[in-house]
Amino acid sequence: MSTNGTPKEIFTFVSTEKVKKILSQYPDKQSATLPLLHLAQLENGYISGAVINTVGDLVDCHPAVVMDCVSFYTMLYTKPQGRHLIQVCQTLSCSLNGADALVDHVTDKYGIKPGETTEDGRFTLMKVECLGSCGTAPVVQINKEYHEGLSQKLIDELLETHQ
Amino acid sequence: MSAFKPVLTEYIHQKDCHTLSFYKSVGGYSALDKVLKMNPADVIQEVKDSNLRGRGGAGFPAGVKWGFIPKDTNKPKYLINNADESEPGTFKDRLLMNKAPHQMLEGMIIAAYAIGCQTSFIYIRGEFYKEYKMLEMAVAKAYESNLLGQNILGSNYNLDVIIHRGAGAYICGEETGLIESLEGKRGWPRIKPPFPAIEGYLQCPTIVNNVETLSCLPHIINRGADWFKSIGPEKGPGPRLFCISGRVNNPGVFEEPMGISLNNLIFDRAGGIPDGKNLKAVFPGGSSSAILTAEEALDVNMDFDELVEKGSMLGSAGVIVMDETVDMVQACLNIARFYAHESCGQCTPCREGTAWLVKMLTRLVNGSGTPTDIDMIFEITDNIGGLIDFSKGSFGKTICPFGEAVAWPVRSFVEKFKDEFLKYLPQEKVIA
Repeated sequence: MSTNGTPKEIFTFVSTEKVKKILSQYPDKQSATLPLLHLAQLENGYISGAVINTVGDLVDCHPAVVMDCVSFYTMLYTKPQGRHLIQVCQTLSCSLNGADALVDHVTDKYGIKPGETTEDGRFTLMKVECLGSCGTAPVVQINKEYHEGLSQKLIDELLETHQ
Repeated sequence: MSAFKPVLTEYIHQKDCHTLSFYKSVGGYSALDKVLKMNPADVIQEVKDSNLRGRGGAGFPAGVKWGFIPKDTNKPKYLINNADESEPGTFKDRLLMNKAPHQMLEGMIIAAYAIGCQTSFIYIRGEFYKEYKMLEMAVAKAYESNLLGQNILGSNYNLDVIIHRGAGAYICGEETGLIESLEGKRGWPRIKPPFPAIEGYLQCPTIVNNVETLSCLPHIINRGADWFKSIGPEKGPGPRLFCISGRVNNPGVFEEPMGISLNNLIFDRAGGIPDGKNLKAVFPGGSSSAILTAEEALDVNMDFDELVEKGSMLGSAGVIVMDETVDMVQACLNIARFYAHESCGQCTPCREGTAWLVKMLTRLVNGSGTPTDIDMIFEITDNIGGLIDFSKGSFGKTICPFGEAVAWPVRSFVEKFKDEFLKYLPQEKVIA
């Protein structure tokens, strides 16, 4: 599926066993798309063109079909992100409990607006919609982990542990 | 009034409550034992008789849904556990997955057996990584103990469970959006009919049930449909996990009988409002429900039908409390922004309408709104979700109910707190 003669870029999965397992789980190939993309992002940091080609080959879909899927989901990144992803929930219950001030605080302290990454690549700040942790608002997801009931002081301490 | 004893969350404060050995020590998987000796049709009948209604938001009777599965098909049948909890104000399924994963799994196996399914999925929202790991552990343990896999407990019944992570999309909680997403596509809801029970995952008969709905099943089998029906209103009975958040002293998940008064939930269970402030408005059933004013909220029971009569809905039972300090225009904008972000973009009224709502509300908040803007917000909500007239059932300008889910709350803010919207108009424009 190369265009204008350039060779097709290919991504090589590190965990070939996991790839096999994922493909064997589903009754059809295309259903393995999201789990393969999750795995690729874990290994590669983001979904590159090479990842899209490779996943397309594995699930028997044109890369455009895989890209169509990738572009729909907020957790799949088509560009490299900072080492640590700070995702502040901004939906109502978090907003009523100080989430907006948390975002401003991180912006002031690290000089990054939502959507931006610090120059040293340490943090990417994002505002996200409801994380489903409204009872312990405000909630911030850092990488995979939820941190609940945060204050400015607590988030400062927490971010110190993420170098 | 006799004290209600929690059913689904009875053991969540005990150490190791998530483990298989703990769950078995309190009678876990005894319902499965019983079910595997029953005729699947009798299991469906028992659940129908219990009047169990879906806990995800729509409140559709679970047994009736199962009954739609064709009896004369050679196609495989699928069960999908909808763990894509993402309705703002709702955080109960997360609790159940963390604290009682085996209760949910037992419910899944019961449901799968009833509908004749041998491959089932748990579609869990991508952000719930800890819960995903928890379920992975629970499923592995269940395979080890012959509760899943081949010839379950010597019954000749086989079932596989596959855990599938979403990747950040609210719309994948809608069952046909979820199915599309599971198939490796954008989570675009499908036109219905055909309903998933006829043509769902890979065009095969599919049942999608919520985590809490499935978690009720072991108890219905063990204690019977009549017991279940005796809890709360007969038409929508059972224990229910109410999530309370926003401006309350003691937010959290509270298991109560269906039909408990909202007043009791807010002021007793959730400890009332901080700093002695007054109640202003409440979302009774997640952010997709129309808000209730303080007066309405203090006089309503958390029952499917009663809330519909009051022009709102029980939805996912996610209660968001707003006190007198909350600016209703800002709150409305917050919710509108959520829906604009989460609109899947498939239907024009919703894709364009939600974006316009945000633009107009932002303009209003920034002091450059006009009086016609407020009328136009009404018009847009009509265009997205149709007039809010439950008696005429006038829904349906979009493929899925997301359209109504944005129209109802936004419209209710403007209707019930119009004076606050007017206050945002620049002074000279109000006079003109």
